[in-house]
Amino acid sequence: MQLETSAQPSILGAKDSDLGVSIKAGSGKTFDRKNRLLFYNRFFRIACIASAVFVCLILFGILFFMFRTGILTFRDVSPLTFFFSTEWSPEEESYGAFVFIFGTFALTFLTLLISVPLSVVIAVFLSEVAPAWLRNALRPILDLLVGIPSVVYGFLGLTILIPLLRDVTGTNMGDGILAAAIVLTIMVLPTISRVSDDAISAVPRKYRDASYALGGTRFQTIFKVTIPAARSGILYGVILGMARAIGETMAVVMVIGNTPQLADALFKPTSVLTSNIVMQIANVPFDSTWNYALYMMGFLLLVISLLMIVLVRLLQRKGAKS
Amino acid sequence: MKSVVSETRGMFTKSRGINGFNNRLFTVLVWGISGCIVLFIISLLFLILQKGLPYLTWDFIIGLPSEMEEGGGIGPALFNSFYMLLISLVVAIPLGMAAGIYLAEFAPNNKLISFVRICVEGLASVPSIIFGLFGIALFVEMFQIGLTIIGGAISLAFLNLPVMTRVTEESIRAVPGELKQASFALGGTHLQTIRKALIPAALGGLVTGICLIAGRAFGESAVIILTAGVTTSGEMWDFNLFSPGETLAVHLWYVQSEAIVPDAVSISDKAAAVLLFVILLFNVLFRIPLWIKDRKNR
Repeated sequence: MQLETSAQPSILGAKDSDLGVSIKAGSGKTFDRKNRLLFYNRFFRIACIASAVFVCLILFGILFFMFRTGILTFRDVSPLTFFFSTEWSPEEESYGAFVFIFGTFALTFLTLLISVPLSVVIAVFLSEVAPAWLRNALRPILDLLVGIPSVVYGFLGLTILIPLLRDVTGTNMGDGILAAAIVLTIMVLPTISRVSDDAISAVPRKYRDASYALGGTRFQTIFKVTIPAARSGILYGVILGMARAIGETMAVVMVIGNTPQLADALFKPTSVLTSNIVMQIANVPFDSTWNYALYMMGFLLLVISLLMIVLVRLLQRKGAKS
Repeated sequence: MKSVVSETRGMFTKSRGINGFNNRLFTVLVWGISGCIVLFIISLLFLILQKGLPYLTWDFIIGLPSEMEEGGGIGPALFNSFYMLLISLVVAIPLGMAAGIYLAEFAPNNKLISFVRICVEGLASVPSIIFGLFGIALFVEMFQIGLTIIGGAISLAFLNLPVMTRVTEESIRAVPGELKQASFALGGTHLQTIRKALIPAALGGLVTGICLIAGRAFGESAVIILTAGVTTSGEMWDFNLFSPGETLAVHLWYVQSEAIVPDAVSISDKAAAVLLFVILLFNVLFRIPLWIKDRKNR
């Protein structure tokens, strides 16, 4: 014991001196490394903040550019004419966009009318009815379908759907709002059904058990318990699909006929906001009322899609509360 | 008394009969409708592949398009598709990942940040044609460079940026907290933790996200028509960033609705098949390894 304590200082001393040497010899390097890491750390953080700011800047840049260019429309055209006149012939200085605004809403409504019931059925099938192997095979396939380019759907509509519609209904023009709505339905179906499927799968098991325990059949359980419980999730999917249907361009352009007349019949070539912009923007000079009117239509689309995001946010907040 | 019992029993039997019938009818309907729709969509896609793929020749894939005669190829358009995809990914992935990492890791939990999140979400839902209009205002009007590959690629990157940001944020958030704490406990800095622990653990989600935006960039047409035009420079392997950049998706639309070549139908059949094939290939190549890894872990 005594010996050890007497020996200890010398050993410690030796170690201290070694340590001192090593610190002296390697100090520059160690502290450099620490500083470097801290520097990288801070730099990385700043780069991340800059990127996040950049993403926001793009949104505001878009809002600013669209608004600044679009608002110039009203130098030459009164807002009343722009929003409520059905006369769109820019060659003769009449810029009434009502046809396109109405077309967009009518098309979206018709699309949802077809796609929502079908999507909910598919969602119920995926989450409640299908056996596990089929479910595991179908979910990735639906995810894959979300990624198919819109121009491919437009091509399908143009080459297969329109001749089919012509044959079935006997009209000589197959293109119009119905053809566009069917193509859009095929496009938004995977989105809505996958989101609703997730929502229905997330309903707690005890709800279903309680319903079965009361003697409910599967049909009753799904319609009276599961779907009402998953309501806000399904609504979220519907809004996502709606946003996609409103903003979709190429698939619609290929099947809607691109004629500025009011969409008051299912088979009548018409035009919506997106298709009109893409068909005409290339042919007009930038500093013309025509171009400004197209930008104003784009601004309208932008406002509609942003409003829908606010709606989704409100829904989510409500869902989180309840 | 007896009659009451039998009456009530009769009532229940009847209601059970209706419910049972409804239940069976419902099951049959759900199976039928879902089966029909899924089969319908898949057979449509199969039809595209079947109409195009068997007739593909090497000449068509790398050949030059022709304005008037038969036998034009899709070479420059296909090349532009990949070239613009690459440029847009180079812009969108780092920026989007950095923004997503900031939102998931560094951002304080306050009103400003939730506003930033709404901005990202809002930008993700902006229709693609708006990005095209923005691209015109920015590149054609402000910078006066006309319809170019670089303008189109950057507009595409803007389109994909918010999606990448959201996917990154979500997949980094989904990494279990223990991993992060373990890395901190070992003395890792925040950057080291993110690079060595969080990103590898979130790789599955990130790859799925990149796959998603790559497919979107490859198939996107509205943005390209507005910002890169509907013509190519007319030569193969043209790396010039300032030449017009029609992509395959745009070419499909252009041939189908505007061009005057006599064999437009066969060109568009084949172009659609190539487009679809590449998209499916992206998904299969990137997702199958993940899927196998997922299976193993389970």
